[in-house]
Amino acid sequence: MDFFTDHYNYWVVIFLMMVGLYTVISRGNLIKKVIGLNIFQVSVFFLYISIGTVEGGAAPIITEGVELYSNPLPHVLILTAIVVGVATTALALALVVRIKESYDTIEEDEIHELDHTL
Amino acid sequence: MGNNISLLLVVVPLIAAPVVAVLPRGRLPWAVALVVTFLCVLFAGMQLWGVLNGGMISYELGGWAPPWGIEYRIDAVNAFVALIVAGIAAVTLPYALLSVEKEIPEDQIPLFYSALLLCLTGLLGITQTGDIFNIFVFLEISSLSSYALISLGRKRQALTSAYQYLIMGTIGATFFLIGVGLIYSQTGTLNMQDLTIRLPEVIHLKTVNTGFAFIMIGVALKLALFPLHLWLPNAYAYAPSVVTVFLAATATKVAVYVMLRLLFTVFPDSFVLATHAKDLFIVAGIAGIIVASIYAIYQRSVKRLLAYSSVAQIGYMVLGIGFASATGVTAALIHLFNHALMKGALFMAVGAIIYRVGACHMKDIHGLGREMPWTFGAIIIGGMSLVGVPGTAGFISKWYLVSAALEQEAWISVAVILFGSLLAVVYVGKVVEALYFKPVTESGRSASEAPLLLLAPTWVLVFANIYFGLDTELTVGVAEKAAAILGVVNP
Repeated sequence: MDFFTDHYNYWVVIFLMMVGLYTVISRGNLIKKVIGLNIFQVSVFFLYISIGTVEGGAAPIITEGVELYSNPLPHVLILTAIVVGVATTALALALVVRIKESYDTIEEDEIHELDHTL
Repeated sequence: MGNNISLLLVVVPLIAAPVVAVLPRGRLPWAVALVVTFLCVLFAGMQLWGVLNGGMISYELGGWAPPWGIEYRIDAVNAFVALIVAGIAAVTLPYALLSVEKEIPEDQIPLFYSALLLCLTGLLGITQTGDIFNIFVFLEISSLSSYALISLGRKRQALTSAYQYLIMGTIGATFFLIGVGLIYSQTGTLNMQDLTIRLPEVIHLKTVNTGFAFIMIGVALKLALFPLHLWLPNAYAYAPSVVTVFLAATATKVAVYVMLRLLFTVFPDSFVLATHAKDLFIVAGIAGIIVASIYAIYQRSVKRLLAYSSVAQIGYMVLGIGFASATGVTAALIHLFNHALMKGALFMAVGAIIYRVGACHMKDIHGLGREMPWTFGAIIIGGMSLVGVPGTAGFISKWYLVSAALEQEAWISVAVILFGSLLAVVYVGKVVEALYFKPVTESGRSASEAPLLLLAPTWVLVFANIYFGLDTELTVGVAEKAAAILGVVNP
């Protein structure tokens, strides 16, 4: 049991990762796919933040009397990854808007049908 | 100048990209982009020269010493790949002027060149950096701009292809990110040189193994390794001609470089290529060569045909990596260079046909070979190089690959390489048949030879195919040196 409770943050990461990846694969709606992709990416952010934690460490801001700090580097890395994620989402949504304009649908199966009847 | 060249190579296109975006319409954005790519070739050439004569270059960004700061670390391997990327960009840009004016709406042209420069920044950045997280960032810079570039294709399928590529590319990049995180958690470093030193201590840990697997799958998605290639045919087929030329000749090549670097420099050989990983690469390579070549034969669009052929050619490179010998890696690097030349030339020639006829379906190009003799000639020589006819660059790649396979007595691989060439004869033959032996169509009769500005860059690459097929001193010399730096030896 300890194996589950001691590492509960990693179980959250794995759960979110699977939910996100499954949504991307299983949904036909282009917006839902983007949402799935977002959940998938967020799980990785959690993974990095979990890695950065040092047991008993304080927030990485220099304070008098504090000896042990958490590792700030993963947080900084993930800030970059968040920016990349936002850009990806924005671009994906922009593409979905243009797909909607030219196909008048955002369902994958209907788009395939429209392309084949041409 | 000294080491600053290595930084300028990335910074110049990065700064030029937003500048180009706000320039007035007309030909000015193109001219600026052209100058920037020429500068990049100059820098990349000087860098390779410097590395070959003076040894490794290390540049500390912002004066932070590695492993804390980001380091640009350049040896013969990345200098070689950087020169390929910059060189292809510089040949593509003169070609772009007319092709882009025809295929892209006028108000989007400055943004188009801006995205192209950003893509170039990302690709060059990947080659320059010595920091594994930095690779992820540059990978995403180049990928995001290429999604945007692909979506600018004229048909609406370009949008769905770009979307599909975005989903798969992002999953690949996120896998890479997960892997980097897991490895950082065990080593506490992101600098690749530092990782080489620290990884052997923790190599037996499950976390490191898992991280390695995540990174490899992520990179394999980016380089379109069979069976993770599904995004590639559509993306190449529906993208604007110029984008196809540029991406086909550079993007997957840079991903191959990342794979080489990680496999041979960062992760110790004993871990990577002693167990089944090696067989996995060989099997994926062989399957890619055969299946993608057969798919290529059944395509009705010339661009899609060449795209599937690209997947097959990546199979050859991965096969070379899978041999894990100095000859194998040399072959992979030589093919990386030569494939950029042949696919660049072929996609440019197809782009010239699209410029004149507006389409590249087999039925649209009937008999065009006689109306457009120079374009046809480029397709013939490019195709011969793809097949591996002696006297062309493709022959040199195949020669080294077969030697690498013979060295290890891998008879199946030898047979597959030769069989793959036969399949290439079939699909190149299909294009030639449609272009030359079929009666010319009504719309084709009015088509004339492509303008000089399209033909000249195409033929530069065609001559390069012949030149590097006859004089192998540069390619083989650099590739052998690079393989030695990667630390691969013949077993």
